[in-house]
Amino acid sequence: MAVQTRPLPTGRPGPPRPRRRPGRSPLPYLFVAPFFLLFAVFGAYPLLQTLWVSLHDWDRLAGQGEWVGLANFRRLLDDADFLTALFNTLSIFLLSTVPQLLAALAVAWLLDRHLRARTVWRALVLVPQYVSVVAVALVFSQLFGRDYGVVNGALQGLGLIDAPVDWTADTWSSHLAISFMVMWRWTGYNALIYLAAMQAVPRELYESAAIDGASRLLTFRKVTLPAIRPTLLFTVVISTIGGLQLFAEPFLFDQQGNAEGGAEHQFQTLTLMLYKYGFINNDAGYASAVSWVLFLVIAVVAAVNLVLARRPRRP
Amino acid sequence: MAVSAPPTRTRPRPPRAPAGPFRAVPRRVRRLDAAGPLAHLLLAAVTAASVFPLYWSFVVASHDDNSVLAGTTPSLVPGGHLIENIQRVFELSAFWQALGNSFLVAGTTAVSNVLLSSLAGFAFAKLRFRGRDFLLGCVVVTLMVPTQLGVIPLYILVTDLGMYGKLSALIVPALVSAVGVFWMRQAVEENIPDELVEAARVDGAGLLRTYWHVVVPGVRTTATVLGLFTFMFAWNDYFWPLIALPPENGTVQIALNQLAAGYYTDYTLMLAGVVVSALPVLVAFTVLARRIVSGVMAGAVKG
Repeated sequence: MAVQTRPLPTGRPGPPRPRRRPGRSPLPYLFVAPFFLLFAVFGAYPLLQTLWVSLHDWDRLAGQGEWVGLANFRRLLDDADFLTALFNTLSIFLLSTVPQLLAALAVAWLLDRHLRARTVWRALVLVPQYVSVVAVALVFSQLFGRDYGVVNGALQGLGLIDAPVDWTADTWSSHLAISFMVMWRWTGYNALIYLAAMQAVPRELYESAAIDGASRLLTFRKVTLPAIRPTLLFTVVISTIGGLQLFAEPFLFDQQGNAEGGAEHQFQTLTLMLYKYGFINNDAGYASAVSWVLFLVIAVVAAVNLVLARRPRRP
Repeated sequence: MAVSAPPTRTRPRPPRAPAGPFRAVPRRVRRLDAAGPLAHLLLAAVTAASVFPLYWSFVVASHDDNSVLAGTTPSLVPGGHLIENIQRVFELSAFWQALGNSFLVAGTTAVSNVLLSSLAGFAFAKLRFRGRDFLLGCVVVTLMVPTQLGVIPLYILVTDLGMYGKLSALIVPALVSAVGVFWMRQAVEENIPDELVEAARVDGAGLLRTYWHVVVPGVRTTATVLGLFTFMFAWNDYFWPLIALPPENGTVQIALNQLAAGYYTDYTLMLAGVVVSALPVLVAFTVLARRIVSGVMAGAVKG
């Protein structure tokens, strides 16, 4: 302590580490125990138990019923509503995530330069992140309202549409509106994450690119993008996990509170279906089957992301 | 993945130091990189879009019902009925109780998250014990587990434990989080020199004393940001309170949604509710904007 009072500027684990002899004191285990205990009881156990429930005829209120094997899963495959919900989930996920991350990249690129009052810009971009999903859904359901909504008003004012659009009525319009809510809430947050990664790119790389006469766009493609690749991958995976589980946005979009996702289930996501069967119809077994299918969908999409991202790895 | 295998994390470039020698070169290049008018214009559009829905809520909440619904292109100028509408929010629903519930849940989880996460973070960053790296890897993996999908057994469990309908159903599962542990481990590693921990040990301080007198003061900044984010997540959460609490004893978000329910939607009332419910979080985050921004960005580079 007398020798050096400040840490080395690296966060890297230095060679000589703490000098307590390993494994002697139980205290370190006690320190990390609360997390593992809570995760085991309220995170891992319920997730695994879902599989058990899905193999039974199980009423949420009456409790465990007969063992039915894979019957709940077989029932899913014959359920047209399930296929609709699967499609809706993937469609809303793509519509909200892809433009969101591209926009975040663009915003980060704009922020990654010499700006006056840069903290103000950054803070403003982050504002949507603080707004609750309920508030977002309420505001946007007003903005996307058929009769008095600002969006219809603006589109009509610009002459782009003749008659007001009933945004909740159709598959595409409802998917677009819901994706808009998700995008609005998350773009700024992802932009700041990208910005942080961009600022860690050594400036000498930009300097030499500038000397070579590379344009800004070319520099972005050849220098910035490869450098922030791990961060890109991270945001893609996290957005995948979140984007495939959307609940509140579609649930609150039509204010019916029935988790049907519209008259023809046109915006019922898998999580809405899970809620409907689990907590409205009290068919916990069937709802758990939906859960596990959604779990597999998330795992598959995340794996596809990883594989796609790994492939063009250059030395 | 950026978060995988943190103990052996190698970064190809020098980490960004908040001050010091790394800055010298960047500053010169930055000049070349000055933002032009077009960049400013685009950013202005982006920030306007970020803020507009909130401004719009405020505008609608400040009109009386009839005037908002009068035309297809509503006015963008605030009216004079904000206070009146907010009063109606409190009269028409159990908003006070919901606010109280939310403050209790969000406050408790924020404090406990900061304490328990920094305790675990201290152990992971500075103490040596068998299985440490494996356990830390587990923390990182749990970040990616979609635990929301276990909601039905979670509901059954909470009911069996007699917590259904009580605030403890919201508090207990959220006392500490993987994100918090991960963040605080980083903060401890970067802000607390090994020498300081060692010195405390030489002085005869036990681990708990070291934690309280060395670690906690040293990671105040990150702890504040973590506390605020935990508060915000608890305040804004909807899915779990919807399931674990009866509607008449809900949180702010539940009460907010009840304003919108019914056969006729009173937008001025509903959006006045939005304004009231968003205010505490917005104020806190505005006051601490600088810290929050740097906290999000610091977490991002590593996370």
